[in-house]
Amino acid sequence: MKLDAKIPQGPLAEKWSKHKFNLKLVNPANKRKYTVIVVGTGLAGASAAASLAELGYNVKAFCFQDSPRRAHSIAAQGGINGAKNYQNDGDSIYRLFYDTIKGGDYRAREANVYRLAEVSVNIIDQCVAQGVPFAREYGGLLDNRSFGGSQVSRTFYARGQTGQQLLLGAYSALNRQINLGKVTMYTRHEMMDVVTVDGEAKGIVTRDLINGAIETHAAHAVLLCTGGYGNVFYLSTNAMGCNVTAAWKAHKRGAYFANPCFTQIHPTCIPVTGDHQSKLTLMSESLRNDGRVWAPKTKELAEKLRKGEIKVTDLKEDDRDYFLERKYPAFGNLVPRDVASRNAKEIVDEGRGVGTSGIAVYLDFAESIARLGEDAVRAKYGNLFDMYQQITDENPYKQPMRIYPAVHYTMGGLWVDYNLQTTVKGLYALGEANFSDHGANRLGASALMQGLADGYFVIPYTVGDYLATVAPKPVDTSHPAFEETKKVVVERINKLLSLKGNKTVSEYHRELGHIMWEYCGMARTEEGLKKAKGLIQELKSDFWKNAIVTGVNEEFNQNLENAGRVADFLELGELMIDDALDRKESCGGHFRLESQTPEGEALRDDENYAYTAAWEFKGENQPEGLHKEELVFENVKLTQRSYK
Amino acid sequence: MSNNMNLTLKVWRQKNAEAKGELVSYQADHVSPDMSFLEMLDVVNEGLIKKGDDPIHFDHDCREGICGSCSLHINGRPHGPKQGITTCQLHMRSFNDKDTIVIEPWRAEGFPVIKDLATDRSSFDRIQRAGGFISVNTGGAPDANVIPIPKVIADEAFNSATCIGCGACVAACKNASAMLFVSAKVSQLALLPQGQPERSRRVQAMVAQMDAEGFGSCTNTGACEAECPKEISITNIARMNRDYFSAKLFKSEE
Amino acid sequence: MSNFTKTFSSSLGKKLVMALTGIFLCTFLVVHLVGNLQLFKDDGGQAFNAYAYFMTNFGPIKIVSYLLYASIIIHAVYALLLTAGNKKARPVAYAVQKGSQNSPWTSRNMGILGTILLVFIVVHMGDFWWKYHNAELPYAKYEISLEDPSIINVSEVAYSDKLLVHSEVVDVQAGKRIVVSKDLYKVVNNAFQTWWYVLLYVVAMAALSFHLIHGFKSAFQTIGWDNSKLVPIIRFLGVWVFGVLIPLAFAAMPIYFFFK
Repeated sequence: MKLDAKIPQGPLAEKWSKHKFNLKLVNPANKRKYTVIVVGTGLAGASAAASLAELGYNVKAFCFQDSPRRAHSIAAQGGINGAKNYQNDGDSIYRLFYDTIKGGDYRAREANVYRLAEVSVNIIDQCVAQGVPFAREYGGLLDNRSFGGSQVSRTFYARGQTGQQLLLGAYSALNRQINLGKVTMYTRHEMMDVVTVDGEAKGIVTRDLINGAIETHAAHAVLLCTGGYGNVFYLSTNAMGCNVTAAWKAHKRGAYFANPCFTQIHPTCIPVTGDHQSKLTLMSESLRNDGRVWAPKTKELAEKLRKGEIKVTDLKEDDRDYFLERKYPAFGNLVPRDVASRNAKEIVDEGRGVGTSGIAVYLDFAESIARLGEDAVRAKYGNLFDMYQQITDENPYKQPMRIYPAVHYTMGGLWVDYNLQTTVKGLYALGEANFSDHGANRLGASALMQGLADGYFVIPYTVGDYLATVAPKPVDTSHPAFEETKKVVVERINKLLSLKGNKTVSEYHRELGHIMWEYCGMARTEEGLKKAKGLIQELKSDFWKNAIVTGVNEEFNQNLENAGRVADFLELGELMIDDALDRKESCGGHFRLESQTPEGEALRDDENYAYTAAWEFKGENQPEGLHKEELVFENVKLTQRSYK
Repeated sequence: MSNNMNLTLKVWRQKNAEAKGELVSYQADHVSPDMSFLEMLDVVNEGLIKKGDDPIHFDHDCREGICGSCSLHINGRPHGPKQGITTCQLHMRSFNDKDTIVIEPWRAEGFPVIKDLATDRSSFDRIQRAGGFISVNTGGAPDANVIPIPKVIADEAFNSATCIGCGACVAACKNASAMLFVSAKVSQLALLPQGQPERSRRVQAMVAQMDAEGFGSCTNTGACEAECPKEISITNIARMNRDYFSAKLFKSEE
Repeated sequence: MSNFTKTFSSSLGKKLVMALTGIFLCTFLVVHLVGNLQLFKDDGGQAFNAYAYFMTNFGPIKIVSYLLYASIIIHAVYALLLTAGNKKARPVAYAVQKGSQNSPWTSRNMGILGTILLVFIVVHMGDFWWKYHNAELPYAKYEISLEDPSIINVSEVAYSDKLLVHSEVVDVQAGKRIVVSKDLYKVVNNAFQTWWYVLLYVVAMAALSFHLIHGFKSAFQTIGWDNSKLVPIIRFLGVWVFGVLIPLAFAAMPIYFFFK
């Protein structure tokens, strides 16, 4: 199958407007005859479900959490970008587009990114109208702050919990439609598979997590808004429940998986303390506005610090290396995430890391506190400082924070065309679940923007284009494909439940995470990746022999849920390795040691790798097929990204 | 490490909603003070799974205090002994070696137990659905800066909006009242200019649903405010009461 | 259901009833206290008896008094209704619950305090209100000098159903005003000669104090006073006036008579 991204012709700034005009419409009276399934109720899912229901479609929405409001979008701290130029500092749609394309190291589609920047302004309007309490100035107008990878202040925020406030906005819109009867909400339901009929998505199979009931649901189109797969690394800033299952099942039913190796490692997280650790906690990137990143100048000093022979506050200015400011004078501490992360790793690899484990660098607020006063710093970052102190038992007002990068976001995801449709007709992917807008590295405050752009302002138009080609007849689950898919699901559950070995699912997950982090993390080599592939294959086959899954299907069984998710991660991990092996260049979050500039920066190979790698599932234990979508850049010039 | 702790847990085990439950004792040994409370339970569960036993079920997701999934009534208090945090942010350094820790689910008619420590809090969703929104369709919004909102009002609305819907207020209240939750949601929208057109309708609908869900009534003990992980103030309750009475008794529209 | 009944059958409506009756009872306390301060006057109870007569025979006050009785009953009945609902809201109790760490004792024990108060009110009304209205109390005759009203000659008059509850005659020739009234003062005086009766009153006033320390501000919270400038005033009044001053003044009366 040839990939057709369906990018509209014409000048960049007119593509979306023209495209909207060219899209087929569904007659208003007919809209109520269509049913759309939305899986996931984060920013993308909740906004899509609400917007489609507002248009008149019948929506069935699913989430595995006990409430749609708990989807992991809730945890985003920093903010959401919007090209409003309220600060008069030279922002524009084009600048947001440019920053995002460049930030993504030129591995995203121009047309998609431009559209994202274009609708970013509508998102802010929409959210304010819903009652999202963004931060404001004394004059009553909206406040902005700057974020990594940009030199303008375009980030709207709600203290340290922008994600929660935006999600509550989308959730309230969803609630309104549930109340009106246009959306049927299924909570504590996990999507187990996609049902396809003649290559088109016609429904899904779900498991009721409370009683284990395996249900089939039919629809005219299926939207996957199921987030990213960062938990393949076991330790990440993702929620415990975040998983790849929905996207992976779709992949196995024919949806190509794009750029799976593009993962974002967030530079400012609280370092790991021990083996018991179940997740990592992010400290918002906004901290880098006022915090200065540094490490001891020499290995010897670092060693003394680790041993507790000297205290961090004993180190003189001269003994400190503000390495981001030193290397990148123009952006300083505000370089994009991939750059900041990689530099922290370098410091640790040089033996200059701090903390008892030696796997951390400092983020220091002493200078800001001296300049602005402790109260001003507390007003800005109080909740983050409290969170830090809660976890580490250290007071960040008195001594610098210890931070280290952690897996945070996955730019890769299901391949979608300009309409957000996957390679399976009628099956769409929105938000982090798709690959479309961030290239090889996502800029801060862009994930919220993309999730809401897809849900509020893209899918309501594009899904109609497909539905208009489908007869508005009622759907049901009578087609044999539903029963067949259900059987596959039940068989897999039974297979999992039959595992009565000696190793827990979490142990496998942790091991997988170690492999992924070691070999497919911040720095990757051909040799390491090949080794990792073997290790994962061994781990996978061992899992299906020696794992323990307790209980039965017909009950609330968190162990079974987890087992299914980890089994899918084991398969995905291998694909990520394949993708990382294929891409013999460095770009954004994908850093191949073999491909770097003399200064140690990521060195792209635009000649050979300016493409999106879209992987096709070819059968269990078969190598996946690679399809390349060439990226065409008509508006930006590909340059070596420089933040110096 | 030498400062690891040995603890006795008394955990509420209940097979499903219909079954009778009981407190069961477990030993948690070599617990590191750096572990979070839920990580401590993870370790206990790993042990149970290895023995082929059913692990202790509890709701949890983000583990950074924002999703509102985690609950747990720990030694008589929702989210444990510390203030202003959720259970997932509680670290074992808040306990001492040889402590006995009693862990129970939220107890309320509106939060029936599903299994062990997990409860069904969908009543909160239904209350929100009854009116916790501003009726604005996608696409029709005016420019975000058209209506200036004084910073104090915006901040106050934000403070109300920080509610994570965990249900600790209900769990803490001796009457299992949901007033803090409902009032925070009502207040956020009642404070903002965007929320004015539906203000009366909203508060009436949400209070009616709150009553229908079987929550108790507020006796202003302030326990909810003290235990709220987001430290939401009971001023919200006063504000909602006033809105409700003025809507019911002094406004002409239903 | 009409809008009105719907309002007052909602949880908030019931709370409003509690708050409004509560505040009304608080205002009564002030009036009651001001009147009872007459007990401390050294006039053989003349002022107090006059006040008792006024309170029971002045038309508008009578109406208010029926409102008062109704308020007491409604306040108690709604408290029971609410408590029953609240018990139902938590069908399974916690094995361990540490309310002391998140809320004041008074706020959690309004029911117990209220019950003590209700028992007290019954006893108190039986002993004074009922006796005053129904029992054959002796009368007191006050002969007050017109020249110097502080010179009062008090004497007892036996009960007779022909006597008015209260009568006043000015005898210009004798230079005195003669007041004859039912002698509630004596009833009070006699009652508070018993130590356990005094103790009962003091305990009840302690209950009143705790009840009002929480109840007064709570009522304003319920009716929705969230104004950040007024709330501190309400809190002050609730604690110092209604929680301390008023119960102390009431408690001083039995003690005064006991030691007099």
